[in-house]
Amino acid sequence: MISGENTRKRIMELLGREDDHFLKEGDVIRTEGLTKCFGSFTAVDHISFTVRQGEIFGFLGANGAGKTTAMKMLCGLSRPTSGRAVVAGYDLHYNRDVKHLKKVIGYMSQKFSLYEDLKVWENIRLFGGIYGMKDDVIAEKTEDLLRRLDLTAQRNRMVRDLPLGWKQRLAFSVAIFHEPRIVFLDEPTGGVDPATRRGFWEMIYDAAERGITVFVTTHYMDEAEYCNRVSIMVDGKIEALDSPAALKCKYSAPSMDEVFRLLAGKAKREE
Amino acid sequence: MIIKYLIEKEFKQLWRNPFILFIIIALPVLVMLVFPWATTMEIKNVNVAVVDNDRSDLSRLLTEKIASTEYFDITGVFMRSEEAMQEIEYGDADIILEIPYGFEEDILSDANSSLLIEANAVNGTKASLGSSYLEMIIVSFAEQAGVSRGALSVSAPGGIAVDSYYWFNPAMDYKIPMIPALIMLVVALITGFLPAMNIVGEKEAGTIEQINVTPVPKITFIVGKLIPYWIIGVVVLSVGMVVAWLLYGLRPEGSVLLLFGLSFVFIFGISGLGLIISNYSSTMQQAMFMIFFIIIVFILMCGIFTPISSMPEWARIISMFDPFTYFAEIMRMIYLKGSTLRDILPNVYPLIAFFVVITGWAILSYRKRG
Repeated sequence: MISGENTRKRIMELLGREDDHFLKEGDVIRTEGLTKCFGSFTAVDHISFTVRQGEIFGFLGANGAGKTTAMKMLCGLSRPTSGRAVVAGYDLHYNRDVKHLKKVIGYMSQKFSLYEDLKVWENIRLFGGIYGMKDDVIAEKTEDLLRRLDLTAQRNRMVRDLPLGWKQRLAFSVAIFHEPRIVFLDEPTGGVDPATRRGFWEMIYDAAERGITVFVTTHYMDEAEYCNRVSIMVDGKIEALDSPAALKCKYSAPSMDEVFRLLAGKAKREE
Repeated sequence: MIIKYLIEKEFKQLWRNPFILFIIIALPVLVMLVFPWATTMEIKNVNVAVVDNDRSDLSRLLTEKIASTEYFDITGVFMRSEEAMQEIEYGDADIILEIPYGFEEDILSDANSSLLIEANAVNGTKASLGSSYLEMIIVSFAEQAGVSRGALSVSAPGGIAVDSYYWFNPAMDYKIPMIPALIMLVVALITGFLPAMNIVGEKEAGTIEQINVTPVPKITFIVGKLIPYWIIGVVVLSVGMVVAWLLYGLRPEGSVLLLFGLSFVFIFGISGLGLIISNYSSTMQQAMFMIFFIIIVFILMCGIFTPISSMPEWARIISMFDPFTYFAEIMRMIYLKGSTLRDILPNVYPLIAFFVVITGWAILSYRKRG
């Protein structure tokens, strides 16, 4: 996989712009004062952070803290009100960039959103095709993926008939099927048992090892411990950002759970 | 070609949705089989109460003649008008025919005689058509009886308009003009409103969010949704035309090519309208009600059931903005009169205007909401 300085140069060439080195070598996301307002309500309030290539970045916060809004901006689903953000070399300020950005990211929403009335292989084929993959490549990779997911026998099953845990694993696999540079996961493991969640996180680690940057929001503090770095959002602002170990040390808390409670407890915003 | 995958997906989903499949098949068949009979303007089984003040052979002959047609049933012959009125009040009779005293004598002596028709206008169509037909029977009866035209007059009080319908024209089958209009209705329902429901359905299911993060341009996604319905629309149009031919022996007198060409303009316009609805609604329920509202207004105002010329001024203005008005007219003219493009131009221009306005609005509302 191409990365770093060369990729950035290439992207800037394609877009016909001078690289102002806003995004540093080895970083894949950088935001500066990123803000989103809905009317008079500021959902995301001047957040600034950096995500490094290949890391698992946890994006924590209570319900209504602005996580999903921030993530939607980073995926190009919603336009920032102000501030700057560059994702995978593309500046969210420019429509043309957003179009290109979508090719190199994957996204898995909170709500299961594959097509329930399509078969397992048909969903994979659809999304592969949408990302511009060739038929034969899709076919080959589909077999490979089904084998890894242990779903070969289920390939012709309707997605609606799969158990939730399998649905989520399939949704994640589809989100990274086109080998994106970054995958955004919005509370990917809601509603499943701890064993299934563990299995899911193994898949996340695999993806990270292959060089895909993982940007994940979660409610589960044990999952926060699995991340390389986490940020904690309170009332639209980032209150803390560091590795789980460093955060526990800073707030002299025994667990991430405790750290989260200390910070999120300060929230004034109603849900 | 990304759109290939999207169209493939739509067809797979359609194929698996028994309800939508049922609608696509049942709607044209049902509409073509049943509606022409149900929407016919012919009035049958009109109940007539006769007040016979004359009690002559001639008055009895007239009553028999009326009873012998398939259009009228005689509920009774009464002595006094009050009794006949009671029949109307109880809902047993629709029309009262009052034969004056001295009817036979007047007729035979070539003097003028006057009959009275009173109709229950609760069902206006039945009243006006029934009384005008009754009038015609009486005129023809008078002619048979050797009475010169004009000697017999029929008066219908209560402001009932007497329209000149050609009841005795055997070719005047009321199902025939209904059929092209009904084909239009089916095409509109399937190509305009099913895709709108489909798009809102994806909003509800959340699957549209997954599509939005992909590089698929929105316009590609929408067109990928519309194309299958356009294809289905053309199939439904063809099926409707074949059914009309097989069942009612009705074939377009004019150019089939012209008919299909203009159908496309209509289909694109109506799909655009569906798209606007889908842009403004976030749930199927909302979309459903908006569609109901629009379709009912379009159908009632377009003049396929009631002639626009008999609508009041304000209603006629509304019907001017109803695309069904023009397309129904186009369909009927090509089908029944064999009109050419030149003949129907006054209807083609508004149809094209509708297409342009709606498409523009669809794109604008789409951009704004997107």
